[in-house]
Amino acid sequence: MSDDVAERVKKIVIDHLGVDADKVVDNANFIEDLGADSLDTVELVMAFEEEFGVEIPDDSAETIVTVGDAISFLQKATAA
Amino acid sequence: MRRVVVTGLGMVSPLASGVEASWSRLIAGQSGAGPIHGFETSDLPCRIAMHVPRGDGTDATFNPDQWMEPKEQRKVDDFILYAIAAATQALDDADWHPKSYEDQIKTGVLIGAGIGGLGGIYETSIILKEKGPRRVSPFFIPGRLINLTGGYVSIMHGLKGPNHSVVTACSTGSHAIGDAARLIALEDADVMVAGGAESSINRIGIAGFCACRALSTNFNDRPKAASRPYDKDRDGFVMGEGAGCVVLESYDHAKARGAKIYAEVVGYGMSGDAYHITAPDPTGDGAYRAMAAAIKRAGITASDIDYVNAHGTSTQLGDELELQAVHRLLGNAPINLSLSSTKSAVGHLLGAAGAVEAIFSILALRDQIVPPTLNLDNPSVETSIDLVPHTARKRKVDFALSNSFGFGGTNACLIFRRAE
Repeated sequence: MSDDVAERVKKIVIDHLGVDADKVVDNANFIEDLGADSLDTVELVMAFEEEFGVEIPDDSAETIVTVGDAISFLQKATAA
Repeated sequence: MRRVVVTGLGMVSPLASGVEASWSRLIAGQSGAGPIHGFETSDLPCRIAMHVPRGDGTDATFNPDQWMEPKEQRKVDDFILYAIAAATQALDDADWHPKSYEDQIKTGVLIGAGIGGLGGIYETSIILKEKGPRRVSPFFIPGRLINLTGGYVSIMHGLKGPNHSVVTACSTGSHAIGDAARLIALEDADVMVAGGAESSINRIGIAGFCACRALSTNFNDRPKAASRPYDKDRDGFVMGEGAGCVVLESYDHAKARGAKIYAEVVGYGMSGDAYHITAPDPTGDGAYRAMAAAIKRAGITASDIDYVNAHGTSTQLGDELELQAVHRLLGNAPINLSLSSTKSAVGHLLGAAGAVEAIFSILALRDQIVPPTLNLDNPSVETSIDLVPHTARKRKVDFALSNSFGFGGTNACLIFRRAE
């Protein structure tokens, strides 16, 4: 189940940021490593909310800066 | 004031992506009209339009991936994409790619649109209604704003001079080129990328113009016959889409770097009808005054004009009023004028119309040929002016005038002189 979350997160990141799959690793920072700007990160969080049917409050969204951050947040949020 | 010349051209039109392909198809008498595709039309009175031909880029089709990364394309409405393509073509054509800070700060952008991101506003309204405000994209606002045409172009090409935009409905493209020329004449910039863009062939755009009774509805079964300016059977315009951009440059700047010069911008005139929000003033006085002001600025007389690229939208009232205004301008002078409406071939590109038509006027000067008015079988009025029915005509063209008139009663006129 957790691997499934990771795959779905990575697919969203690849689609939205237009980056190669091999760059989307757990410690990849959206802004520094994957070329996102501040608006891209807002849109990414929206896409995660849509895909996983969860609400990510703004103060939580600010802590999601890497692919791994997103995966662990969504694993917890969907396990609850 | 400094002299201003045209050194680069770029275009995405319903005939082709690219200036030369659009122009050669226009001169060959081709039309960009066809059935509307991409959305439901069965309940709309008008079911035809002039779409930009999309494809992989071969045969002068428009391939968005050539101009903008796919991940960026979905953030913007098509008018921004078309503006980027036309501006990039124009800068390439002018061979002007400023790299030094000094060159970048003297190069500006002035691109407008009549309506802007109507399609994106429509789609996002539905998302807001059905899913709520948390699903509204952060790219919703920047991707619909009219001046983001110039915003994107400046970012992609490093143009740090004046960054301005125009919104005057169907006069936008002409105003953009005229205003940009003045910025150069007044030394606010040495080089300007100027033009207009539009992408309103969507369900809400067609419905809205249908409600204004502006679109052709009698030719849904014969799309290529629908845009027929000056013909007695005309019944409204056919909507087009796309963008036109020119590179304008001070004469001295162009000469100093050995740039190819297409034409000189010698006249620009503006006026307001102060009459009605959509209908033209029945006296044609606003159109007359815009042309008269441009002619005065050019320091010529009306009889010096060889070719008029008319606003001529194929609507019932407007076409004849413009013709009357041109006759009033010429007075009793012997008439040796050709006047045509290229909207017969590309449709009405709204905010892009003035820019695309300015480019056609410039090419008429370059090639000494005037493009045709298609479908002009039976003119609704008698005139001694050559309306160039059906086929293009070779002739002397030293001065070309391009008219644009917009909702709100806004009129703009440009005059170009053949390069020396």
